[in-house]
Amino acid sequence: MTLNIRTYHDLTEPDRSGLLAQVVAQRQRVAARLASVGHVIAVMSGKGGVGKSYVTAHLARALARDGRAAAVLDADLNGPTIARLLDAAGPLAVEPEGVRPLAGADGVRCVSMAHLVQDGQPLAFKGPEAESFIWRGTLEASALRELLGDVNWGALDVLLLDLPPGMQRFLELCDILPGPPAVLTVTIPTAESGDAVRRAMRAAVDRGAPLLGVIENMSGPPFAGRAGDDLVREFGVPLLARIPWHPAADTWGQLAGKLG
Amino acid sequence: MKFLCVECDRQMTFEERQLPGDGTLAAAFKCPACGRVVAMLTNPMETQLVASLGVQIGGRTVPVQPLETVRGMVATGREDAFVEAPAVATATGTIVWSAEAQERLTRVPNFVRGMVKKIYGDYAKERGIAEITPAVMDTARAELGLEGM
Repeated sequence: MTLNIRTYHDLTEPDRSGLLAQVVAQRQRVAARLASVGHVIAVMSGKGGVGKSYVTAHLARALARDGRAAAVLDADLNGPTIARLLDAAGPLAVEPEGVRPLAGADGVRCVSMAHLVQDGQPLAFKGPEAESFIWRGTLEASALRELLGDVNWGALDVLLLDLPPGMQRFLELCDILPGPPAVLTVTIPTAESGDAVRRAMRAAVDRGAPLLGVIENMSGPPFAGRAGDDLVREFGVPLLARIPWHPAADTWGQLAGKLG
Repeated sequence: MKFLCVECDRQMTFEERQLPGDGTLAAAFKCPACGRVVAMLTNPMETQLVASLGVQIGGRTVPVQPLETVRGMVATGREDAFVEAPAVATATGTIVWSAEAQERLTRVPNFVRGMVKKIYGDYAKERGIAEITPAVMDTARAELGLEGM
């Protein structure tokens, strides 16, 4: 017997589960929450250990000192460091409007998984351990969506998203946010870093994310190389800062000024 | 995912959701034409995947709670992660928790306790229940599909 079965989209009768509507509502919740945020900027790098979080925290503080309402979402769920870098300790207040972000150094608002997970413990989820790779990524994306949509960020000029190394979290953000975030890229001078960051920047371009520019961190000895120069030439974006191992007092203020 | 009654060529409609144990999620669907019922059973990994999406098969029974997936799924949450807003009040005053209900609530990890308490509080408020007892909690859990809370 040959069955003549219609397609999924051909079946349009009302569905009490309303799964599609639930997903749409999730996205609308994020969009509504971020409607009062002027700029959402992902600080990313294809390479680990280049100082993304350090740059993010100091840039946010400089923006705040410059009079702009700035916040940081620590999107590195498994290696959160923003809470310590901004000296922001919990607990988080759950209010009818949502979770209130904590105020850190220079008044920068932030939320980090470090506020939620026990000190010294990994981010572990309830559920079957076998083949957890199948669902763990989905769960982390859901957590990221909730941190964006359930935190009452308030009116902000800039929300910085401190991403973990690699491209995965950026791609998740592109699916969660109403549109791709602007991207601020951090590299160190070495060719190896340049190779990894180049791939991440290409992924951002492929998803239609505007590239704000490149920050070369840990610039100068002992690192040799010119990754920052190479990347800005290849992608046609500005080199926003070359940050030495011991930044001058006005380094962060100058960087903040370049972000308009 | 949708279910089609091939014989009737009709989309089957959701009837009931159960968690019978062993990590199984059971969802029953019924053909609106012939009345035939089928049940979809997921294995623990599939159940976890559905939960990870933050959606509820059968539709939502309670309003979205802040960070509900994080609070419901993180196993290593801090006991002191959250402070909650004051308890809800009914038209006649604040909802009272019986001693037995409070004792049961203390068995819920603090990481998720505030959210669970609010869900039960909202349930009582919507129904004009002045005191939450273990019986009310059981009824709410069954009605709202809050297995594990």
